[in-house]
Amino acid sequence: MDTKNIMIVGVGGQGTLLTSRILGGLAMKAGYDVKLSEVHGMAQRGGSVVTFVRYGDKVAEPIVEEGQADVLIAFERLEALRYAHFLKKDGVIIVNDQRMDPMPVVIGNARYPEHILEELSEKYTVYAVDAMAEAKKLRNLRTFNVVVLGMAARYMDFSKEQWIEVITATVPPKTVDVNLQAFEVGYNKKGEQTV
Amino acid sequence: MSEKVLMLGNEAIARGAYEAGVKVSAAYPGTPSTEISENIVRYKDCIYAEWSPNEKVATEVAIGASMSGVRSMASMKHVGVNVASDPLYTVSYIGVNGGMVLVAADDPGLYSSQNEQDTRAVARAAHVPVLEPSDSQEAKDFVIAAYELSEKYDTPVILRTTTRLAHSQGLVELGERQEIPDKPYEKNIPKNVMMPGNAIKRHIYVEQRELRMSQDGGRMDINRVEYNDTSIGVITSGIPYQYVKEVLPEASVLKLGMVNPLPRPLIEEFAAKVDKLYVVEELDPIIEEQVKSWGISVIGKEIFTVQGEYSANLLRKAMLGQDVTAVPADVPVRPPILCPSCPHRSTFHVLKQLNLHAAGDIGCYTLGAVAPLNVVDTTVCMGSSISTLHGMEKAKGKDYIKNWVAVIGDSTFMHTGVNSLMNMVYNQSTATVLILDNSTTGMTGHQDHAATGKTLQGDHTYAIDIVGICKAMGVPSVQFCDAFDIAKLRPMIKAAVESDELSVIVVKGPCALLEKRTWLTPCHIDPEKCRRCGMCMKPGCPAITKKDDGSIVIDDTMCNRCGLCEKICPFGAISRL
Ligand SMILES: Cc1ncc(C[n+]2csc(CCOP(=O)(O)OP(=O)(O)O)c2C)c(N)n1
Repeated sequence: MDTKNIMIVGVGGQGTLLTSRILGGLAMKAGYDVKLSEVHGMAQRGGSVVTFVRYGDKVAEPIVEEGQADVLIAFERLEALRYAHFLKKDGVIIVNDQRMDPMPVVIGNARYPEHILEELSEKYTVYAVDAMAEAKKLRNLRTFNVVVLGMAARYMDFSKEQWIEVITATVPPKTVDVNLQAFEVGYNKKGEQTV
Repeated sequence: MSEKVLMLGNEAIARGAYEAGVKVSAAYPGTPSTEISENIVRYKDCIYAEWSPNEKVATEVAIGASMSGVRSMASMKHVGVNVASDPLYTVSYIGVNGGMVLVAADDPGLYSSQNEQDTRAVARAAHVPVLEPSDSQEAKDFVIAAYELSEKYDTPVILRTTTRLAHSQGLVELGERQEIPDKPYEKNIPKNVMMPGNAIKRHIYVEQRELRMSQDGGRMDINRVEYNDTSIGVITSGIPYQYVKEVLPEASVLKLGMVNPLPRPLIEEFAAKVDKLYVVEELDPIIEEQVKSWGISVIGKEIFTVQGEYSANLLRKAMLGQDVTAVPADVPVRPPILCPSCPHRSTFHVLKQLNLHAAGDIGCYTLGAVAPLNVVDTTVCMGSSISTLHGMEKAKGKDYIKNWVAVIGDSTFMHTGVNSLMNMVYNQSTATVLILDNSTTGMTGHQDHAATGKTLQGDHTYAIDIVGICKAMGVPSVQFCDAFDIAKLRPMIKAAVESDELSVIVVKGPCALLEKRTWLTPCHIDPEKCRRCGMCMKPGCPAITKKDDGSIVIDDTMCNRCGLCEKICPFGAISRL
């Protein structure tokens, strides 16, 4: 198999690390060679963060190059736009439809771009979900990552059973049930393609 | 074949230490090296591991353990090597009894650092061999190889990593722990006491050792030649090796595992067999300049940058002239910020109100330098806030620093700040020093230190009393204040800067990521009372934003209920419901 390139982007503290580890675990279980690249340190303090997951028969570099990502999972709209140029021509974006203003916007030095999803849809296939709203319904805000992952699961090479197995093994034991519910919610959101 | 697991580079280094039979590990946290110690803790039944107060101490702990006959490790980020360089340069002369490895984590691209220095340059100057792995599996294997070389050649060995290696995960095959018997300790003054007469002789040994390792390098498994099409040859190491494999799968590659000393005969042989020779190395032209000095022509930094991280696309452009980079959208940047409810924000808000400059230091509070706070004026290295302010006072007089304070975190104070404060007492400073005590090493992800009362393993221990140290040193005024009690903190700082005596104020407030105030409800703005004056937005809390219609709202999923905005609002419009 050609190496598959996944990117997970978001705002420091949003849980991109956990998400990439779930994906890495899946790919390993499925018998692929896997490499993951993470961001630790300074950027974790509310900065823009990106993690890469690559799997295939043999993976050399741990990062995804510009123009080579198959799937971009974004936990925030602006971050989807920031990293969209990493996607291949026919790349898929799964985006949590949430706005978090970066400090330059908060203090009035920059404007938060409007119509991000519409703009991205002109070039890529975009699937959006308000995962925070879904997580609120589940009464556990932290599950929003897994809602997004549930949606992304439709566009990757693993069976639903494999996903469930790895999520169960990766999330904190007390939160397995609610995370599996969150996964279901995202998984069933299939087809809500924007524009 | 034994089990394979996904491991972070740093996790694999910890595993390597375990398998190599290491018995003592000492470190001070620093991105991207921190997770080494955090993973070594998993082997606490067989490895003693500690957070030392700084890298010099950690390195000396490792030296002592090695002298006593066991395998030891010290780990740190690249700038930590500067702090540790005093013992490092001399232990190079002494060599080892039990093997000793110093892990140095460089940060090309400055993901989390104050400079982009190349540890290989330090290692060359100190005549210490350096191994550099290319993925997690090698990270583990090279640790084991490093101990073998250390004992064989009687030298400490540096394992050099970079952020990309340290923080990437790859598959690693696990092995068993080797039980290495302790070497007997023998009193050996010519080897272990570095006074001039002995050091002169050891220096001769060091030069011979380096030559011998360079000659032997061709027979070391960690240096590998992959002959392919010989029209292009590439000398590379570490993570850049992976980019070379992506871009030039057909080329011949000399993959160096040992990057100091360079295996000269091997390189000469390789160079003779290929037509066009490149050196691909991140940061400084360390390999390139040496190879060029031997009269071999290579292409290096004339087409590659000395700054930042490389990538396959960067190589494609430089070596093949293929520009495949895409144009990113023009979007606002998202720089790192202080978290909602960070106690530093409260302190900086007060400093801003008082119109003070802050001589800054290294930690989360360095973020006080950026908008909208803009209070931190300077940042050099750990501990420097106090000493640079002292220098300003001695240069310009005590009135000059009446609108200045030094700000330093608790972990940084324990690291090297204490020395600087000692100097202020000794040389009669009148400055004001704020120790921002959030009870943890925040920036690097919450590590304990000598003043938190917990060890690396999480066990309880004696917590060194910061107020007590300052008093014991003889600081004339030592006070304490809750970071969020701005009504008290403001006059306290004002009086301290105006007074003609040295003052320390320990400003206490737990790191917001460690204290979730879930027993309180989030702050809320009453739209009836809010006059949209924007005062609450001045300290730059990310939970408070202005909507397009001009109304100001607090995101209750982000608010951590510190109540700073409630205290600032002039109209009583904010409350914790
Ligand atoms: C010599 C050196 N060692 C380690 C580091 C990594 N580092 C950056 S900030 C910091 C300490 C932060 O802790 P503290 O001073 O308590 O401030 P906080 O981040 O908690 O606000 C460390 C260890 C460094 N920059 N330099």
